Amino acid sequence: MSAQKPPTKTQSVSYGIVGQSIDQVERSVPENEPPPLPANASLKVIGKPVDRLDAVQKVTGKARFTFDVQLPGMLFARRVVSSVAHARVVSVDTSEAEKHPGVRAVHVLNQPLLQHAQLRDEKAEAARYPTIRYFGQPIAGVAAESQRAADAAARLVEIVYEALPHATTLEEAMQEGAPLVFPGPTEQPSTAGGGGAPPGLPQRGNVRGPDTGQMFGLPRGDAAGAVRGADVVVDAEYRTQVQTHVPMEPHAMVADWREDSLTIYASTQFTTSVRDEAADMFELPKSKVRVISDFTGGGFGAKYGIGNFGLLAINLSRKAGAPVRMVLDRREEHVSSGNRPDSLQHLKLGATRDGRLTAIELESHGSGGVAAGAGVGFAHALMYPCANVSQQQYDVFTNAGPCAAFRAPGQVQGIFALEQSLDELAHQLGIDPIELRDRIDTGPTDDARARKVERQIGAEKIGWSARRAPNADGGAVKRGMGMAQSQWVSVIHPPTSCEVRITDDGSVEAFTSAQDVGTGTRTVLAQVVAEEFGLRADEVGAHIGDTRYPSGPPSGGSRVTGSLTPAARNAAYRAARELAGRLAPALEANADDIVFEGGRVGVRGAPATWMSFKDGVKKAGVTEISHRAVRQDDYEGYMMSLPQFAVGRHGIGGVQFAEIDVDTETGSVKVRRLVAVHDCGRPINPKLTESQIYGGVIQGLSYALYEERHLDPTSGIHLNANIDQYKIAGSREIPEIEVHILEQLGGQSSTDARGVAEPANVATAAAIANAFFNATGKRIRRLPLTPANVLDALRA
Amino acid sequence: MNPQGSTPNENDAAVSGPGAGILTLVVNGRTVQAMADPGATLAEVLRYGLGLTGTKIGCDRGACSACTVWLDGEVAASCMTLALDARGRQITTIEGLGDGATLHAVQRAFVEHDAMQCGFCTPGMVMSCAALVQRNPACTLDDVKAAVSGHLCRCGTYPNVFKATLAAAAQLRRSAADAEGRR
Repeated sequence: MSAQKPPTKTQSVSYGIVGQSIDQVERSVPENEPPPLPANASLKVIGKPVDRLDAVQKVTGKARFTFDVQLPGMLFARRVVSSVAHARVVSVDTSEAEKHPGVRAVHVLNQPLLQHAQLRDEKAEAARYPTIRYFGQPIAGVAAESQRAADAAARLVEIVYEALPHATTLEEAMQEGAPLVFPGPTEQPSTAGGGGAPPGLPQRGNVRGPDTGQMFGLPRGDAAGAVRGADVVVDAEYRTQVQTHVPMEPHAMVADWREDSLTIYASTQFTTSVRDEAADMFELPKSKVRVISDFTGGGFGAKYGIGNFGLLAINLSRKAGAPVRMVLDRREEHVSSGNRPDSLQHLKLGATRDGRLTAIELESHGSGGVAAGAGVGFAHALMYPCANVSQQQYDVFTNAGPCAAFRAPGQVQGIFALEQSLDELAHQLGIDPIELRDRIDTGPTDDARARKVERQIGAEKIGWSARRAPNADGGAVKRGMGMAQSQWVSVIHPPTSCEVRITDDGSVEAFTSAQDVGTGTRTVLAQVVAEEFGLRADEVGAHIGDTRYPSGPPSGGSRVTGSLTPAARNAAYRAARELAGRLAPALEANADDIVFEGGRVGVRGAPATWMSFKDGVKKAGVTEISHRAVRQDDYEGYMMSLPQFAVGRHGIGGVQFAEIDVDTETGSVKVRRLVAVHDCGRPINPKLTESQIYGGVIQGLSYALYEERHLDPTSGIHLNANIDQYKIAGSREIPEIEVHILEQLGGQSSTDARGVAEPANVATAAAIANAFFNATGKRIRRLPLTPANVLDALRA
Repeated sequence: MNPQGSTPNENDAAVSGPGAGILTLVVNGRTVQAMADPGATLAEVLRYGLGLTGTKIGCDRGACSACTVWLDGEVAASCMTLALDARGRQITTIEGLGDGATLHAVQRAFVEHDAMQCGFCTPGMVMSCAALVQRNPACTLDDVKAAVSGHLCRCGTYPNVFKATLAAAAQLRRSAADAEGRR
């Protein structure tokens, strides 16, 4: 297979951290690549805290979410879900529901469910209806003229079950002889949203694996031997809980099935995945399926594809001949739309007395309910150079709702354990935790270089030099300080494409099918385009969230800005150069001397030639100029590359510091301060970047202290499936948070942008747990830090 | 009265329902009518009866405050308010904040301080913060935290909500001082 490589040229690009050290390095880049951008200080729009372009729509209520889409004749849908945790469905009687006033369609799911693991041998379980494997699993859907009618009719669907024994907890399901969630081995191909599990792994009972990390070059050396021979060993067991996503806009779709086309309004992180899955499931050409997503009210990993709710919505729309609105209610959202799996991790670290890491040995089990994907990330393999590393990561199936990718899937759980064990190692060695990281975080990649600087900045901001010995306070309330490091990969969506168009009146527009889940896709897109034309960001039309536009990336894996902005800049650059070429004769100048600046265009050094951008377009006699560019590969290529998914050679770092108070009498923990120092390549918009880092830190704090799904083991019922029962950090729990963002130029693309959403969420829980040790002298190895878990840890 | 006991016109009888009847409300200063049965919440009527979709529903039980509106100037969870109970009251929704052409000081500050990410909780947040600064332009950080303590923002944009609201309050104080100076 020989992919057509474009001809290349050698280009000198800046490499390093602005304000620290910048070198010029040579890169081989595609011949049509624009010249490299200078540091942000020399730019007009990129790197500036531009207001979010759709901010006014959001503060005035005009932003139209899928939740708000109202079409003529639109019906409202409700799902029928199981009231048992594990059962064969004997019969489904919809006759009463169909007779209910206002009901227009009923549909019963009769195919394997999406988002669930699938039996390798589907004949192992031949049945008319999918087997129920968790309490709240969707069975059918009803569409009616009002939501109330749909809700009432859904309750009239009669289901007869043949009950099977169930197992809802990780430990229970791991036991020999535990009730089997699946009657045979399973597969779960990864989807656009990530997740999934490596194919072909062994499965014994409910336990599938191990994943030995082959993908990341593991095993390496002899971890067990190196642990035995180490000067110092840290051997510890960690437990993390199930967390639910709780996007403020629940999973939502309005499906409009017509004779000749299907239009889907979707609250999604990836419009393309909705189109492709709908086309696949309903055997439609992709050209007949259009997906529109003006605004998505949060996703955090769980909003990919059409989902089972979408499968129902589309079927109902087809049956009723009318648009159907399917929005999960808050309970359904908690129970069945995804979660972060729990984990039970046994981690051993070995080190020399002078603080060199010699061994990492990990065994982990986690449960994503009826879905696979409960690994604990890749930090063990990639973060710290270490000659002896082995991992055995297992999925354990339970009768619980399926997991989904969730902001740094796996990595959040894995780093909670790894960074706490390193803190313990530092303590045992009598080395400052920052000094230990300086000794072991020595990899050649950009994330390691960034973290070195981030440790210094963060230490200064939090006042690390004033950090005391563990358990220094004599009273009941003890204060402590801790730090932990973050790591994420630089994920690129190779097919990312963007069109930039100039119209005769001077309008400039950019088009991509990428959506905005709240990160500011429109804004960063407009900024990179505006920079090329010397315009303001708000003078560029940024059109997103429609599969009729060129293919954009998913909002997941921290990949939108790093994937989209180089394509957008390249398209804008080519359009600007074509415009300059068309203007050149009129201005009697060389096109290379024509520049765009401050809303004007003219010949460099010839003030008399300057005119407004609009007049320039008119003078050039342009009807329309259009250029489309695709995301070129990273200049140094990828660590791993598939047609739809590539991982850069350099990762994304981040270091976080926490100062907390622990009340040792009540077990309550209060976070006083958090300092988050992060890198994201070139920050395109520091204001929006800061917002995302706040978000990551607050979700991390919330995960560390409060959030936990509770299932009743007897019934399998999710006991806290609403906002008043599932505690999430709110305004009163928000500490003082200080964010600092590096500007790091990696010399890998025409914008050098990378992501930040995930790394911002990775280190927080570990930083808080390490602060807990500093406060109390005790380790807390179980999340969340609720009073019960805290008091247990203090008594240990 | 028809056999279902529904009242085609709210003025005809003291008893409403169970079917839908015409409901008259005052929303954003305008008298409007919608069909609603007695079980309908104000949030439902605003969104599906009147097309005012700026008011969101995040939980349907008063636990997330995405549905916050003003009733006679006081914040209320519209998902926990029966539409019938809003009769005769001045209802203000996000669409009616400010004077239409210009943004309210809190809305401007939210834009400037990026006090939003996905934006789904934003209308509710804005309504509570705007009520706070109007009631108490001298509000402190603790006051802002208390005012939005019932609001859930899953994107975690609280720090900017705090900054924006305090900035808007300061702006209102300056405007008030200027007006005082001109008198």
